[in-house]
Amino acid sequence: MRRAPKAPDHRVPEAASAPDSRPTAFVDNDRKPVGHGRMLRKEDPRFVRGKGRFLDDIQLPGMLHLALLRAPIAHGRILSVDASAAEAHPKVKLVVTGAMLAERGLAWMPTMSGDVQAVLATDKVRFQGQEVAFVVAEDRYAARDALELIDVEYERLPAVVNVRTALDPSTPVIRDDLPGKSDNHCFDWETGDKAATEAAFARADVVVSQDMVYPRVHPAPLETCGAIADYDAVDGGLTLWSTTQAPHAHRTLYALVAGLPEHQIRVISPDIGGGFGNKVPIYPGYVCAIVASMLTGKPVKWTEDRSENLTSTAFARDYIMQGEIAATRDGTILAVRTSVLADHGAFNGVAAPAKYPGGFFGVFTGSYDLQAAYCTMTAVYTNKAPGGVAYSCSFRITEAVYLIERLVDCLAFQLTMDPVELRLANLLKPEQFPYTTKTGWVYDSGNYEVTLREAVRIADYDGLRREQKDKRARGELMGIGVSFFTEAVGAGPRKHMDIMGLGMADGAELRVYPTGKAVLRVSCQSQGQGHETTFAQIVAEEIGIPPADIKVVHGDTDQTPFGLGTYGSRSTSVSGAAAVLVSRKVRDKARLIASAMLEISVTDLVWDKGSFHVVGDPTSCVTIQEIAMHAYGTGDLPDGVEGGLEAQVHYDPENLTYPNGAYICVVDVDAQTAVFTVRRFVAVDDCGTRINPMIIEGQVHRGLTDGVGMALMEMIAFDDDGNCLSGSLMDYLLPSALEVPDWETGYTVTPSPHHPVGAKGVGESATVGSPPAVVNAVMDALKPYGIRHADMPLTPSRLWEAIRGNPQPPI
Amino acid sequence: MQVTMTVNGAEATGEIEARLLLVHFLRDHLSLTGTHWGCDTSNCGACAVWLDGEPVKSCTVLAAMAAGHEVRTVEGLERFGELDAVQRGFMECHGLQCGFCTPGMLMTARALLDRNPSPSEQEIREAISGQTCRCTGYATIVRSVQWAAAEEAGTRTSIVDDGAP
Repeated sequence: MRRAPKAPDHRVPEAASAPDSRPTAFVDNDRKPVGHGRMLRKEDPRFVRGKGRFLDDIQLPGMLHLALLRAPIAHGRILSVDASAAEAHPKVKLVVTGAMLAERGLAWMPTMSGDVQAVLATDKVRFQGQEVAFVVAEDRYAARDALELIDVEYERLPAVVNVRTALDPSTPVIRDDLPGKSDNHCFDWETGDKAATEAAFARADVVVSQDMVYPRVHPAPLETCGAIADYDAVDGGLTLWSTTQAPHAHRTLYALVAGLPEHQIRVISPDIGGGFGNKVPIYPGYVCAIVASMLTGKPVKWTEDRSENLTSTAFARDYIMQGEIAATRDGTILAVRTSVLADHGAFNGVAAPAKYPGGFFGVFTGSYDLQAAYCTMTAVYTNKAPGGVAYSCSFRITEAVYLIERLVDCLAFQLTMDPVELRLANLLKPEQFPYTTKTGWVYDSGNYEVTLREAVRIADYDGLRREQKDKRARGELMGIGVSFFTEAVGAGPRKHMDIMGLGMADGAELRVYPTGKAVLRVSCQSQGQGHETTFAQIVAEEIGIPPADIKVVHGDTDQTPFGLGTYGSRSTSVSGAAAVLVSRKVRDKARLIASAMLEISVTDLVWDKGSFHVVGDPTSCVTIQEIAMHAYGTGDLPDGVEGGLEAQVHYDPENLTYPNGAYICVVDVDAQTAVFTVRRFVAVDDCGTRINPMIIEGQVHRGLTDGVGMALMEMIAFDDDGNCLSGSLMDYLLPSALEVPDWETGYTVTPSPHHPVGAKGVGESATVGSPPAVVNAVMDALKPYGIRHADMPLTPSRLWEAIRGNPQPPI
Repeated sequence: MQVTMTVNGAEATGEIEARLLLVHFLRDHLSLTGTHWGCDTSNCGACAVWLDGEPVKSCTVLAAMAAGHEVRTVEGLERFGELDAVQRGFMECHGLQCGFCTPGMLMTARALLDRNPSPSEQEIREAISGQTCRCTGYATIVRSVQWAAAEEAGTRTSIVDDGAP
């Protein structure tokens, strides 16, 4: 066979194309997981030995340490900054103030939502904990010492803390840095059809209104944020190790902001100790570390302490929602309406696609077949830390699901209907998918009734209700809470969704080496989700190389193709799809090579997960490993086929995926102390096709724990002067093993019709679905008192007030 | 000042400031970075190590206080190239995700099993209640410790059924 001239290596004869494996929606609990099912994680051997490599574990020769001076007050004008004593400290190498950054044009940086944020304050401080100056010293203790030597004089200004009055004309203007700004208004946003919703409400027999607060919470990953910047003045290259969930997006933003050539910037995201949305934004500390390395010529490390993490990095939620639900007397839900007051803090630091200032809150219509829906949202600035990231949810979906699921329970309360029956009567039917909601979201697939009935079965719902009846007769308080959620995850498509102009699509590259071992390079970044395992399984399923022989490279922009990163459950749904498609591209090329090796037409070849054989003759076959060696060897290749067995793709999802699930929570409330205990929690998730059930279960457990934490104890609180009252883990409470039950999980499988293997993503489902289930359960327990709603966090003191008939919003 | 202590069976000496925390001595001076730092207030337990056989939170112990004592860290769990049963249990039962709390959890779990070889679920939960895990929701950590207990008792028959196929 004569070697053909070079030609594109991705041509696939029509007959050899991958079979149309797009699944249709169905429920099949026997469907095998993709890849090798429950496989132990490839990353664990290093972690159980203490050999993970987290940011603060990295030591570079000559490395200096950076510490940030932060504002002690929430609102104040900077009158003077005297750093001379700090500069005189024997171990201090550099002190930088806002004024010095301003001289270099670096005092302000863009946020991910089109606002600007101060890197170091120059004019005013706008929240307690805001960055004012930094010190670079020989060790971390000396850097902290020197902060004490910087003298900043402030003119204290009244702090804007109460979001409900932030727009009053008499309120001080926080953002006087913005030209012409004369109030604290951040943005207005609306979605849905106002007139149609008003008409539906006019037709309704029953309208239930309920105000509810989703308090400010914090993702609080166990590893705080940090960075090490290493600038090489000779070649102009910057290597930045940082705790980022989106290394590629960060690289581009540094290039655009700092003016560094992008090819000279390498962002490395090492092992990350949890992210949950907190590590999506770019923080001033990262920029300061870069500046410090450029000015000192040394590598510079910055790591936050816990208080800095809780008081200055991205919070989540902070929505005051006025909700209304309209229904017929027999419990047919007609419409939902809400107006939201959103606290965005001092700078609008929301991480959401540019066209969606309210994130994906538009899915507040939930899992129900409505006639109309309408939402207005007003966002305001306050003297609090910026942020507005999703705390383990896809862009504000947690707030949306909480709103609708509480409203449905309030409706059930009003109609004295069983909450399961009310939901079953209104859930979308399988034949309605793809379903376009009244706010324009196209739900891809679901079999909601089957999913809810599975949760009811596992929980023995009827048995629980009987037990509750008996207990109520004895004066004991037991509650059963139900929620059904639909998420929208896996952003883009890129034409609709971007972060600062970067389309939300992901690359993947697969190299099969001559000996048949493979390296997959992906743009997403694991913070504990187990990508090194799951992605190896995805590739293994597609090209038949065992997962043990597949290395997954991620978290290094020099080593991986471009993509938008890991948040909003994007990894399996976007990068996972890219991994499937790049594997199929390699397999298609392998088929061409196999045809040359076996001297037979490609149409006469059968793929048998790891080898191609001749139709009707399984003994006449070549394995993927043999094909790989041939691809790099000296043997003949088909006409037009280049050597090598590698491919690259850039996957642009055609739609979001819509995981869903049914949760049932059982609580016991002690009427004497108002302490509630989560006794049982049943979670049935439908994340489409499952890859590693062990990892999926772990993801679900994590989110359920979030839900209990938020419902019971988590809240970032402020006093009237804007002092953060939740600046340590003594004050910002996180659930321990004693507050959570042994989770009970189940699943249904309704594949996504547009994801190449039908997977939907699961990393955040339980965080989205569990808070309303817990609150619904507590409210159900308090039904004998006639209480319909009390806001999170349901701490004993707040619950005690509710029992006494005086439930108060937390803000 | 100079401190000398035994760390994972070997003598370790360092010239330190009196205020240096044990966690920083281990991490920055001895390069034993398996012990993590998470909160500064003894709440999260990522920094848990053994001091004379008892788990302590090394973010609130001065290195000077450990002078002359025996410290054991996660790096000292593996013996003669073989992982401890709790290390294997955490891998088998998905007792970790991001891996940041894991070293502290492992040290606490090992200490628990040393004094109570067959703890109940509640005893395990109480033992690890001074430690925060943001990833697992604790149930798989409980299973991991149970796996290790069964492994050491020779009663482990199969992998703990986690309901997954």
